[in-house]
Amino acid sequence: MAAMPRNDLLLFLGFTLVVLAMPIWLQPFGAAYPDLLQRFMIFGIFAVGFNILFGLTGYLSFGHAAFFGVGSYAAVWSFKLLSLDVIPALIFAIVVSGVFALVIGFISLRRSGIYFSILTLAFAQMSYNMAYSVLTPITNGETGLQLTLSDPRYLDRAIFEAVPGQPVPTLLGQSLGGFAGFYFCAGFLIIAFFIAQRITGSPFGMMLKGIKTNQTRMHYTGFNTKPYTLAAFVISGMYAGLAGALLAVTDPLAGAERMQWTASGEVVLMTILGGAGTLVGPVIGAWLIKYFENIFSAINDSILRRFFDFLPDGVDSAMVTVASKFVGEGWFLTLGLVFVIIVIFLPGGIMEGVRRIAHLFNRAPKAPGKANPQPQPAE
Amino acid sequence: MFDVIFLQFLNGLDKGAAYALIALGLTLVFGTLGVVNFAHGALFMLGAFCAVMFRQFLTMETITIDPEKLSPWGSPLEIREPLVQAWFGDFGAVLVNYSVPASIIITIPIMLIVGIALERGIIKHFYKRPHAEQILVTFGLAIVAQELIKAFFGPNPIPQPMPTDLRGAADIGAWLGMQAGVITYPIWRLVYFLFSAAIIGAVFAFLQFTTFGMVVRAGMADRETVGLLGINIDRRFTIMFGLAAVVAGMAGVMYTPLLPPNYHIGMDFLVLSFVVVVVGGMGSLPGAVAAGFLLGILQSFASMTQVKDLIPGIDQIIIYLVAVVILLVRPRGLFGRRGVMEA
Amino acid sequence: MTILKRGLSRRRVLQTGLAGIIGTGISPMIFSRGAWAQEFCNNPTGDTVTFGLNLPLTGAYAEEGADEQKAYELAIKHLNGEGDGGLISVLTPTALKGNGVLGKKVTFVTSDSQTKSDVARAGATRMIERDGAIMITGGSSSGEAIAVQGLCQELGVIFMAGLTHSNDTTGKDKRRYGFRHFFNAYQSGVGLAPVLAEAYGADRRAYHLTADYTWGWTQEESIKNATEALGWQTVEAVRTPLGAADFSQYLTPILNSGADVLILNHYGTDMVNSLTQAVQFGMRDRQANGKDFQIVTPLISELMAKGAGENVKGVYGTSNWHWNLQDPGTIAFTKSFGAAYGSPPSQAAHTAYVQALLYADAVERAGTFYPPEVIKALEGFEFDGMGNGPTLYRAEDHQCIKNVLVVQGNESPTSEFDVLNIVQEIPREDVAYDPAMFGGELGPAEPVPMCA
Repeated sequence: MAAMPRNDLLLFLGFTLVVLAMPIWLQPFGAAYPDLLQRFMIFGIFAVGFNILFGLTGYLSFGHAAFFGVGSYAAVWSFKLLSLDVIPALIFAIVVSGVFALVIGFISLRRSGIYFSILTLAFAQMSYNMAYSVLTPITNGETGLQLTLSDPRYLDRAIFEAVPGQPVPTLLGQSLGGFAGFYFCAGFLIIAFFIAQRITGSPFGMMLKGIKTNQTRMHYTGFNTKPYTLAAFVISGMYAGLAGALLAVTDPLAGAERMQWTASGEVVLMTILGGAGTLVGPVIGAWLIKYFENIFSAINDSILRRFFDFLPDGVDSAMVTVASKFVGEGWFLTLGLVFVIIVIFLPGGIMEGVRRIAHLFNRAPKAPGKANPQPQPAE
Repeated sequence: MFDVIFLQFLNGLDKGAAYALIALGLTLVFGTLGVVNFAHGALFMLGAFCAVMFRQFLTMETITIDPEKLSPWGSPLEIREPLVQAWFGDFGAVLVNYSVPASIIITIPIMLIVGIALERGIIKHFYKRPHAEQILVTFGLAIVAQELIKAFFGPNPIPQPMPTDLRGAADIGAWLGMQAGVITYPIWRLVYFLFSAAIIGAVFAFLQFTTFGMVVRAGMADRETVGLLGINIDRRFTIMFGLAAVVAGMAGVMYTPLLPPNYHIGMDFLVLSFVVVVVGGMGSLPGAVAAGFLLGILQSFASMTQVKDLIPGIDQIIIYLVAVVILLVRPRGLFGRRGVMEA
Repeated sequence: MTILKRGLSRRRVLQTGLAGIIGTGISPMIFSRGAWAQEFCNNPTGDTVTFGLNLPLTGAYAEEGADEQKAYELAIKHLNGEGDGGLISVLTPTALKGNGVLGKKVTFVTSDSQTKSDVARAGATRMIERDGAIMITGGSSSGEAIAVQGLCQELGVIFMAGLTHSNDTTGKDKRRYGFRHFFNAYQSGVGLAPVLAEAYGADRRAYHLTADYTWGWTQEESIKNATEALGWQTVEAVRTPLGAADFSQYLTPILNSGADVLILNHYGTDMVNSLTQAVQFGMRDRQANGKDFQIVTPLISELMAKGAGENVKGVYGTSNWHWNLQDPGTIAFTKSFGAAYGSPPSQAAHTAYVQALLYADAVERAGTFYPPEVIKALEGFEFDGMGNGPTLYRAEDHQCIKNVLVVQGNESPTSEFDVLNIVQEIPREDVAYDPAMFGGELGPAEPVPMCA
């Protein structure tokens, strides 16, 4: 920590503060309830990990949801077979998803560009299709893998007496529902962010950025780039596995849908929306999309009517009619429009917008989270 | 056994033609403009809804309300009179019957306008941008298009009946001098196969034998040199985008009787068409066609019970498995060029 | 039992204490919603009570979701004493007074489940944690229902399932806090098979196409058992991937397989597509084994029939309910729904409406929102007048035992809504079964788990 440059330290501390204070500053936005906060953390980890691969090396994986899903399944199996404690589950999930990423990465990284993207997509789609159907004994298919009273839980049974009631994951006997779960996940997001920051600044990170800029030149200077990209791929797969496992911790169910290509696409969108290659961008992108999905989709006509109540009669009902096309079941339309607008006007994602605003005020960008000299989106 | 394999092969050709046709438009756009168009599925969907719109227009009815009687659910009974038949008599009835193929007449101009407007309005600004941003903006456009269609036509599939003469199955076995009723295949699927083949042939002929096509091909190979020769290549590329939109739209129109269209139909084809294009080799038209047929035929055979008994679940993953194997054996797909989309 | 209670409450105190230490000054919410402020999850303290509607508003079942939402809004209006009162007047016995529930006005919050179990759970959690929903209801797939039901058991909130047809919902995955009014695949099988045998004869060879996931499998098994018991043979049962869109590669092998009946264990758009394409393959004009080839769709809804258009004509299937029934409950509901929305209700709308009313009635009879008491009021509740004849909410598995409809695609529809005809109403005695048949364990009602 001592060796950290001052800017990095400020960024890290600012980020930590913003994350831990989320239950306060999200209150006015109606998002300060534990489940959504947990999701903010989990998908933040997912996006940070994805960015280690995509943002640094420029390899666009379209199959990262597979590692997320494998992490979830591994964690739930650990709950079922070993113990309800989350520590073995998380370790198990990270290891399994790391191995899985090693295999897929080893094969897929033989190709680059869109051929790499399609290879990862193909592996993820195969995993999804198999999980939904043939692998049902392992994944419980459509219904999703859940905890039941009759799970063996060998480790727990050997040490403790059986606790009756619906089994829920615990941390050393402490239940992780509600805000406790949020702080648990927030801790992991902060650690994940810290590691990502260290990787970006390390020689290893430099190497990855070199690969992104010009892989051929790296070859000519005598580097074998494959081990570096593979390492980045596995690290980012383990991040995804950790995120998947945390989702299983806060909500002990693993469903096949979280491996579908749309889920892989979602993390790509999060990263690019926030600003690929930046540290904070992917996290912001993840928060924004999850906010849309959970809050915008829940706004119905009666909420709108209350919102536009101050307007005169007639005008307010007209506003409700117009606005209802964009919220509730129309939230997806709003999301699509936001994508189009952001990509057209802010190619570098939200982080570029932040930079531009900072530039506009012509102040030296000091505020943490805004002082990010990371260049450009990915190619 | 022969009949089973023959039928499955025929089905593979039929599926392959559909895949090839969808992949063709995607490759046209990528090969000429160098744009990864995630909105291609949406163009297919818009085409399908041109057919829906056309039929809804043809089957417009005057609604008069009978105040005396009530429908069983309590609202006043409506008496509906079809308009087109009332105006045009028998011709109207024939038009309604053939609404799906007839709607191609309106699909071509609509899709051309949509395509050109899209290219001039948005895509144009993305030629020099990274592929990731192209993906994001076209994906956003696809979402907007499908949500708008959902707002107007609702989420449920809308059935589009095929012309009465072309319903049911044709007895191909009898044509070939075999026993009647052994090898039968839906007439409309045969029509779709011929239609795809005709469009694919027309696109190839257009690029191969016209001056316009020649210039475009030259532009695909080396855009800058063609530009330096004083040819306005941009305008031609705009027209190519419009053409790709028309091809996607017509594919959508003719597919509606096989698959009642809903707003989501484009997304379902998106991933598949990308896999086809990449297996064929990015930017290669013959590659897209060949890969379409290859994947169609393999998928068809993988779905046979005999094969599924051997390898459980193979029909679920065959497309992706083939894609992985081909990309590992041939680094740039079947007909891909070096250096395209590899960075 | 006392040890257990003490253990749990100690953990509860610890947890709340920890959260309090971390959260003091950070989240005032913890105090207002802490364990000591209420003795169960989301105890309504004001003059309103909130229902959480978990509906697929986007995705493959969006139409069902929209119809369910209409029905819930109607039910809530009726519960609050607005509108024409709907089925409140015909439900017997009833404790509902049309002044809300226990005098509290009913409001609702919604969530888009996208027909995905993950998203459905997230939505349900939000409605419980943030919006204070006392009860969760809705959904249009079994995956969703089972996932949300498990969650509700953990949080101590009652779940009234919407459209879910898998045997597992009240079978191996049943939960004490989950209740299902809709019928299931087993009941479809035993209801449909005799009608099929009567219409098509006892000597038939069936070919199944089955959606390759849990619901598809249970339905395939149920239909297979029921038809084979009546003498049918099963030639082959082929699994098709969910959302396959083009089913032609699975249809070609049927042509010369020696089968003379095709049974489509699909639902939603899969069913619309597979049925449309099967008809295009000329299956309904074919002869096989000297008989006319037939297609059967064991579970069918009005919305699917509309999507398949004329291809559904004459095809047999089963439904939970149909607006064309002639009992007073159905007439009242169809009229009430038609007056509000201009179209007749679907079976999804019906089951949603009835579930909302039954929950409210159980609360009135229990005299409290305390979930274990409400569960007791629902378990073994025998009622009538909701359109399915006399109905029993079975205590052993929380499955409603009631009449099941065998329907057939209408040959000459008089309107776009008139797509299905009722062939037969199968009395509930015939579709009742031993609750132990599908295994599972309900789990405890008490101690009531506490949501955060």
